[in-house]
Amino acid sequence: MNPIIEVEGLWTQFGDHLVHKDLNLTVMPGEVVSLVGGSGSGKTTLMRQILGLEQPSRGTVKVFGIPLHGSKAQMVQKIRKRWGVLFQQGALYSALSVYDNIALPLRELRAFDEDFIHDMVMLKVDMVDIERSHAAKMPADLSGGMIKRIALARALVLEPELVFLDEPTAGLDPDRSESFVKLIRSLHQKLNLTVIMVTHDLDTLVSLSDKIAVLAEQRLIVYGSLEEAIAVRHPFILNFFLGERGLRALSAVMGSDKLSPGRS
Amino acid sequence: MQQAPVQAILDPEAKESRTGEGAPAVTLSGAWDIRALETRAKLLNSHLMSLAADSGRQWDLSHIQRLDHIGALLLWQAWGKRRPAQLVLAPAHEVFFSNLDSAAAAPPKVPFDPMRLVRTLGARVLLTHEHFVGMVQLIGQILIDTFGMMRHPLRGPWREISASVFRVGTQALGITALVGFLIGVVLSYLSAEQLKAFGANIFIINLLGMGIIRELGPVIAAVLVAGRSGSAITAQLGVMRVTEELDALSVMGIPHTVRLILPKIVALAIAMPLLILWTSGIALIGGALAASSQLGISVHSFMSGLPGAVPTVNIWLAMGKGVMFGALIALVACHFGLRVEPNTESLGIGTTNSVVTSITTVIIADAIFAVIFSDVGISLS
Repeated sequence: MNPIIEVEGLWTQFGDHLVHKDLNLTVMPGEVVSLVGGSGSGKTTLMRQILGLEQPSRGTVKVFGIPLHGSKAQMVQKIRKRWGVLFQQGALYSALSVYDNIALPLRELRAFDEDFIHDMVMLKVDMVDIERSHAAKMPADLSGGMIKRIALARALVLEPELVFLDEPTAGLDPDRSESFVKLIRSLHQKLNLTVIMVTHDLDTLVSLSDKIAVLAEQRLIVYGSLEEAIAVRHPFILNFFLGERGLRALSAVMGSDKLSPGRS
Repeated sequence: MQQAPVQAILDPEAKESRTGEGAPAVTLSGAWDIRALETRAKLLNSHLMSLAADSGRQWDLSHIQRLDHIGALLLWQAWGKRRPAQLVLAPAHEVFFSNLDSAAAAPPKVPFDPMRLVRTLGARVLLTHEHFVGMVQLIGQILIDTFGMMRHPLRGPWREISASVFRVGTQALGITALVGFLIGVVLSYLSAEQLKAFGANIFIINLLGMGIIRELGPVIAAVLVAGRSGSAITAQLGVMRVTEELDALSVMGIPHTVRLILPKIVALAIAMPLLILWTSGIALIGGALAASSQLGISVHSFMSGLPGAVPTVNIWLAMGKGVMFGALIALVACHFGLRVEPNTESLGIGTTNSVVTSITTVIIADAIFAVIFSDVGISLS
């Protein structure tokens, strides 16, 4: 199988500040990859570069085998229809109702009639557990959790193969955040999605990801399973995974005996 | 989803066929996902409809390579929103049909409202009332704050005021000069022709002097500032509402009228008369240059003729207008800025309304000035 995302030799520089130095990342179809790292380590920048919103100083980013920079605009446009993005604040268009927000990508295709679009929107609304009565509301009238769900519905409406989640559970209460994680997991299983996620939330990280990419010192210091990640001796990893909060989250999924040697 | 990495993905196809027992059937093959259907949906839809018209058919979906909700919904709609009696489906594809039953439910219809027109009119009236009350409240609050500032002058927002004077005044010098100069030139050219016809060349000084100093200078500067600074103030306050910065000020016990609105009103009231002087001055220079080329009146004689043609009180009148216009523009801009709701559409509407209203207000105020001071500074001595 060909990788969905290939990042090769990526350098990012803002003025004198070096963010990424020769960074490489490969994501295979069906994987759930979490990007973690301290604040300012360039997680969001990396994701924006993979999305083509920002251009790296050096290096290539290929999605579905097509380089994002330097390809024809039409090719890049095709890629854009094959991915869905959930922004941190949802980024629902505040001028449009919930229904129109979800319908917008479908309408842009100009391939389906309104009746079809209606059923499709309702299907997606059901899929993310939103009551249909909310479809006519404006985004400003909704709570943060609902906005995230609706933004997810919008991201999924074109049946993407690849989904980006920027802090999917940030700003949600634990209960909502858990149900959001469940939702993403069930969608991942049902639709065989590839998921790239930036998160700070350990519970989300532990319960969703197949692979963890830890960004520190301008590169990926680890890229592998959770066990591989916590086996690495690095101040960030010790702090993030094996701190008090980290251990609590980890002990829920793996035996605490495995973790104890990690604390040194 | 069916994993078929080696096998080529085929176009979606629906063919009539026969089952093993010879019953009529439809066999679907290829990819029935959004990528393939995007371009073919309409064609396939009519084909599927005609196939689905015969309800006795068996539907064999097991040869489909790829399926997603789009493909499933297309089939579902062709089937009349129910499963056909005989359906062969790959187990992996079952999930796409599992929650379709509920999707078909019709949305609740919005009931017809015969009073809609009356309601709209009423809402408009109430809105106007709300604007009026809001404006009165804002002016009242500003007056209270001003008295407070006079009692404790050291605690006044002087730094904000000086920053605002720089932003609305100093930074507007370029654009007001350019527009003023061009207006002066245009006006001079236009009147030169008329005056020449009557042999009244020298009256160009009276015409330009009175017109620019008394009316055009103040109004042009005010319109430019309303467009430039008024919109900026509304947008700034609006964005602060969207990002909850206004609320953050409130909960810290910092009244935003003192820190944000009062400085802008004071700054515009200070900067506006100065900008008017500047604009009028540049416009007169433009007019004088054009007059010297068109009518042969030298710039020197133009300037020395000005004091005789325009009584000094006109300058004070223009400055007074400036203070008034500046305060009005800031007041309207702040009023609309504070009314912005936390969404982008409201921000756009608020900014537009603010500029339109402040320009209209300025022109109404100018008309009132013209009526009140109709016999001040006009008679030639």
